[in-house]
Amino acid sequence: MSSTNHFKKSALVLMLAATLAACSDNDNNDSVPEVVDVVEPAPVMSEFTITFSNLTAGQPLSPLSVIAFETEAPWMFGTSASVGLEMLAESGANEEYLAFSSALASASAEGAITPGETTSVVITTEALETLNLSFAAMLGNTNDAFTGLSSVDVSSLAVGESISNTTFAYDAGTEANTETAETVPGPAAGGEGFNELRDDINDVITMHPGIVSNQDGLVTSALGADQKFDNPVSKIVVTRTQ
Amino acid sequence: MKASTLTMATLLAVASQSTLAAELEVEFTNLTKGLYFTPVLITAHDSEDKLFEVATEASTALQAMAEGGDISALVTQATASNSDVVENPAAGLLAPATSASAELMTTDGNEYLSLTAMLLPTNDGFVGLDSWKIPTEAGTYTVYLNGYDAGTEANNELVVEGSGAPGVLGIPAAPGGDAGTGGSGVIIADTNTMVHIHPGSLGDDELEAGNSDLDNTVHRWLNPVAKLTVTVK
Repeated sequence: MSSTNHFKKSALVLMLAATLAACSDNDNNDSVPEVVDVVEPAPVMSEFTITFSNLTAGQPLSPLSVIAFETEAPWMFGTSASVGLEMLAESGANEEYLAFSSALASASAEGAITPGETTSVVITTEALETLNLSFAAMLGNTNDAFTGLSSVDVSSLAVGESISNTTFAYDAGTEANTETAETVPGPAAGGEGFNELRDDINDVITMHPGIVSNQDGLVTSALGADQKFDNPVSKIVVTRTQ
Repeated sequence: MKASTLTMATLLAVASQSTLAAELEVEFTNLTKGLYFTPVLITAHDSEDKLFEVATEASTALQAMAEGGDISALVTQATASNSDVVENPAAGLLAPATSASAELMTTDGNEYLSLTAMLLPTNDGFVGLDSWKIPTEAGTYTVYLNGYDAGTEANNELVVEGSGAPGVLGIPAAPGGDAGTGGSGVIIADTNTMVHIHPGSLGDDELEAGNSDLDNTVHRWLNPVAKLTVTVK
């Protein structure tokens, strides 16, 4: 709050200086314009409060990761997942993902959310001319499904304004969708999380084809009809709060 | 005098907005994990000459596209009705997670955009867009597209060579090379014979047996199956 006021004051000083200079030029060309000390404005910070709702029937969603960035998004459809995203999508752990090198700032929601639950997370970042937010969270009872938004432009979002989106389920492309007890980490299976082996049919981020389950033709699946989902899987509301 | 000139200009601008030709840039992306799209057809047309319409019977031209990926009859129809046509922008199959783009100049009166491409491997599934109103304001617009069923063939999920011909039961090809053989055939009644939302493939977990030749961990999908980004210049 104090930094915003500070910026406004210094902007006012600059405007006055320009006016005075223009006046004196008109009156007398010989006069020397008065020198005004220009105060460097402190960086203006933006704060965004995000609410994240789990719309699935039976998929826990891992803690929502939020990354602020200028141009390079932490994940993009049709490209190969970073190791950070692979870890997030296979295990729900987001430390590596949040350490994204082009991040201006990052934040994580406190915990996983169960179906029907809503959580919120706050991210504070410098108010740059180009400012985007990216979101990701794992669908826990899957091999490597995650949901989120690759890039949301919040550059021109005014304080108090919101952007609301529902999200699709994506497949990180880093692990085959075997649905076995050994490979699905969520509570429905209790298997291994991250494994650096990439054994999926194509190592790129696509839409997720959904859960087959042992009740619908995949005998080796640890998952049942309870874990099935359809799009959209979550709702993300971004409100600029400062 | 000045005021009336302005009024005339405004009126003309409003009147011409709906009929003027537009310059479009379109980008089309296959969002699925395991489906291929056959040659894509995009048309700009008037309110009548659409490529398909849900809850109506598929035309024979649409059937040829949906069962075998053959867009020639749809192209002939569209050209005859003075639609603006983008034919096969991917120059062949559009693989999962890939995109094709094209430029399209629309003629006066062609205010709507439609699109079709067959989904492989399916019996008569296609990705479609029916009569999306082209915005008059310059900008970039995103449309998500669903998978449709032409309603012309039962979804038995068996890969059969030559079944791309209209009326021949079977899936003509599985371009990913990941389909099985020796399935006994998914028994499914062809209840909705109108164009409808595709119920999705079933698949099974047996490569050389089971009901389906499709793999249930590879060939299923959830909507949407494609994304269309339209830039109006």
